[in-house]
Amino acid sequence: MTENNILLDIKDLRTYFYTDAGVVKAVDGVSFDLKKGETLGIVGETGSGKSITALTILGLIQVPPGKVVSGKIDFEGRDLLKVKQKNLQRYRGNRISMIFQDPMTSLNPVFTIGNQIMEAILAHQKITKKQAYNKALELLDMVGMPDIKKRMKSYPHEFSGGMRQRAMIAMAIANSPSILIADEPTTALDVTIQAQILELVDELKKKTDSSVILITHDLGVIAKYAERVLVMYAGKPVEFANVNDIFYKPFHPYTMGLIGSVAKLNEEKKERLKPIKGAPPSLIDLPKGCTFAQRCKYALDSCRLSYPPSIEIEEGHFVSCFRSKEFQSESIQRI
Amino acid sequence: MFYYIIKRILQIIPVIIGITLILFILMYVIPEDPAKLILQKGATPQALANLRAKMGIDKPIYVQYWRYVSSLAKGDLGTSYRYRRSVNEILAEHYPNSIKLAFAAIIIETIIGIIAGIISAVKKYSFLDVLVTISTTILVCIPVYWLGMLLQIGFGLKLGWFPMSGMGDGSIRYYILPAITLASVSTAFVARMTRSSMLDVLSNDYIRTAYAKGLSSNRVIFKHSLKNALIPVITYIGIDLGTLMGGAILTETIFAWPGVGRTIYLAILQRDAPVVIGGTIILVLIFVIINLIVDILYAILDPRIRYGGVEANY
Repeated sequence: MTENNILLDIKDLRTYFYTDAGVVKAVDGVSFDLKKGETLGIVGETGSGKSITALTILGLIQVPPGKVVSGKIDFEGRDLLKVKQKNLQRYRGNRISMIFQDPMTSLNPVFTIGNQIMEAILAHQKITKKQAYNKALELLDMVGMPDIKKRMKSYPHEFSGGMRQRAMIAMAIANSPSILIADEPTTALDVTIQAQILELVDELKKKTDSSVILITHDLGVIAKYAERVLVMYAGKPVEFANVNDIFYKPFHPYTMGLIGSVAKLNEEKKERLKPIKGAPPSLIDLPKGCTFAQRCKYALDSCRLSYPPSIEIEEGHFVSCFRSKEFQSESIQRI
Repeated sequence: MFYYIIKRILQIIPVIIGITLILFILMYVIPEDPAKLILQKGATPQALANLRAKMGIDKPIYVQYWRYVSSLAKGDLGTSYRYRRSVNEILAEHYPNSIKLAFAAIIIETIIGIIAGIISAVKKYSFLDVLVTISTTILVCIPVYWLGMLLQIGFGLKLGWFPMSGMGDGSIRYYILPAITLASVSTAFVARMTRSSMLDVLSNDYIRTAYAKGLSSNRVIFKHSLKNALIPVITYIGIDLGTLMGGAILTETIFAWPGVGRTIYLAILQRDAPVVIGGTIILVLIFVIINLIVDILYAILDPRIRYGGVEANY
């Protein structure tokens, strides 16, 4: 792994929200890096800080109440957190772009699809409207939109969810970004469309040689598309490793729990699903020590005293658990 | 869309019938004899009876109503008792003044209201936002006639910047004070509506998408937010235009503005039934037509609204 290969390097990112009820530590000490051409999965429950991490990268956190308290986001030799909002515009939708969760609400209802795609192109490229129009047609064709000339003039409400997400993707890849962040791109879609959209993202990634950050809570999606995975829990990264290690050699009890809670099709013995007991803690009032300790089957008293530091237990495999070494030496059995 | 417009225009007919009926009954129950109004004191009973027969007011109310409606269908609003002139003429003379004043007020409320609303939404909780909130609250609370008189005393009498009343030669100077007075409450409403509507729109996902595309905040605010946020505001301004054109009775009276509001007001005082009824019918007509225009504008602003079902494509 050479340094040049790293496209995006995030260190100790903390994004807090200052509300009347208290400080919400939505993202608390997230570090990871993204290599050229790779798909990185971020997985975690709702409220684990996945989306906020993505929005922080793009500088789309609303200030106030939000604030990036610390961290570094190195991209193309610059710390994005130090770039002024005005200059961040040049990165957004151009070098780094994003596909959002809900295509039903993510497109502006009063402008045509063509208008919205052309706008994304014209915001970053100095070309004529006519050229932008042709480019938009090309993009719609690329994302598999039928009847593109007519679709350019359509409004979002005339599209189905899957078509809207295709339009969103066309918009996101309009300027051939080097990073495409897909924030639960399929959550709002039905299953058959989900597969199509993910295939499309994967195919476009290969075609444009960009990297993808795929945010999801669907482990199946992660297994299929991601090369490395960051597991988040209550705003903190608990485990970061390549996809095989995450699925076959997890060292964090939360990751183990996540994998254990997925239904398996090929098992002979039909077992009940094993949910992780309890619920994630409130981000305003985090427990002292390990945030997962309350729900952890392996938790010791010492786990509740301080938060475990992230250690590189194997090469490229980072985990934040006091007992990870014991899992490694198999002195405790994974239940 | 075409059928929708035709349908809406046809709907005006029952509205007109209802309005004339109500006004006719109201004017009929007033125990005042139009013949006496016209001939004044000292007229002989014979002369009064002759006049009544000539005017047709000795007939029962339904006959009178039928006569009125049939001439209305031909576009004739009748003859004023007081001025012995055609009501059409009187209204045609005064209406343009009211419309001019209404437009002056609408321009003020649209420009000031929307700008104030945008500023206070974009700079939420800032000093400017608080200033807008306080001043709109005060504006809504001040009675129109009191504000009108304050302006007259302040800018007309003391400072002498603007004429105190009347239309003079019709130059802009004469419009300023009455237009501000007329626009005051609506300006406050428009500012408030724009603010809340903008705040609502700014929290939408598609605004985040617009930022994520790398657009400047000016473009996001003025293109992506404003077009959505203005939909309810346009409706309000449209309806308000209808209301304002319906003669601003208070404002026109305070500023002695020779408009239709003041004409109707004087006609009520003088029991001049044809002017009251005729004026009101025209007001209602204008109100309904403006509403129709607003609805059509709506469809232009918001593509999700397409009337008539023919063009809808779900």
